[in-house]
Amino acid sequence: MDYVIRFLIGGAVVSSFALLGDVIRPKSFAGIFGAAPSVALATLALTLKSQGAPYTAIEARSMMIGAAATGVYAWMCTRVMWKSQASIRVITILGLVVWAATAFLGWFCLSRMVS
Amino acid sequence: MKVGVDTSALTETQWHQYALRFTLGGLVTVAAGVIAKLCGPVIGGVFLAFPAIFPAGVTLIARREREKKAKAGLNGTRRGHRVAALDSAGAVLGSVGLVGFAVCFWQGITHNAPATFIAAAFVWAGISLSLWWWRKRRRSH
Repeated sequence: MDYVIRFLIGGAVVSSFALLGDVIRPKSFAGIFGAAPSVALATLALTLKSQGAPYTAIEARSMMIGAAATGVYAWMCTRVMWKSQASIRVITILGLVVWAATAFLGWFCLSRMVS
Repeated sequence: MKVGVDTSALTETQWHQYALRFTLGGLVTVAAGVIAKLCGPVIGGVFLAFPAIFPAGVTLIARREREKKAKAGLNGTRRGHRVAALDSAGAVLGSVGLVGFAVCFWQGITHNAPATFIAAAFVWAGISLSLWWWRKRRRSH
């Protein structure tokens, strides 16, 4: 049941931010909503309820790494889309490798700092 | 260009595209919970900023622009890429705001949970919008 609630809340919050991004102009401004804390808001609220504040704080600390990785990923996508004619779907999906690599590097550094 | 609202995009988007975003958003939220449960909050937290619907979003934007140009008998591939790139550039700014959101949340959640949710959302919006405004000003000079 917990996962059903997660799915519904997550879907609703993510869709709402995406809808905002759809109607707002110009596109460079609307793009901000592409990196809105939609998944984070839904997940952190549910985690806070089930696991408590200290556990949620650890998740939020790690989220900094994911957010930085998203910045690198979006920057890379911007550069490639601006310069090449390759399929947008291919660029954005293959780019997730960059996200994963950056996130892994950040996680590795964080785990070294903490330990 | 001034910031405004254009609701015509709502009618251009088909119902299955809304359904796809809802499903992807829901799945990533569930996945973030499952990963945190299996691997712990340190790894689970990283996925809170996963660009879940970014690929679907920019692909849709590029397609819309291409179709608009195609109606006028033009090849809109380049235009589609440029508009998608602009949207993506905005996401870079939003990501910086997202780092601020995480820092605010990390520092505040153990003190006052409701206030932290509100403050973190304002930090995200404040950083992202300020960067956008600063970038716009810098380009106009």
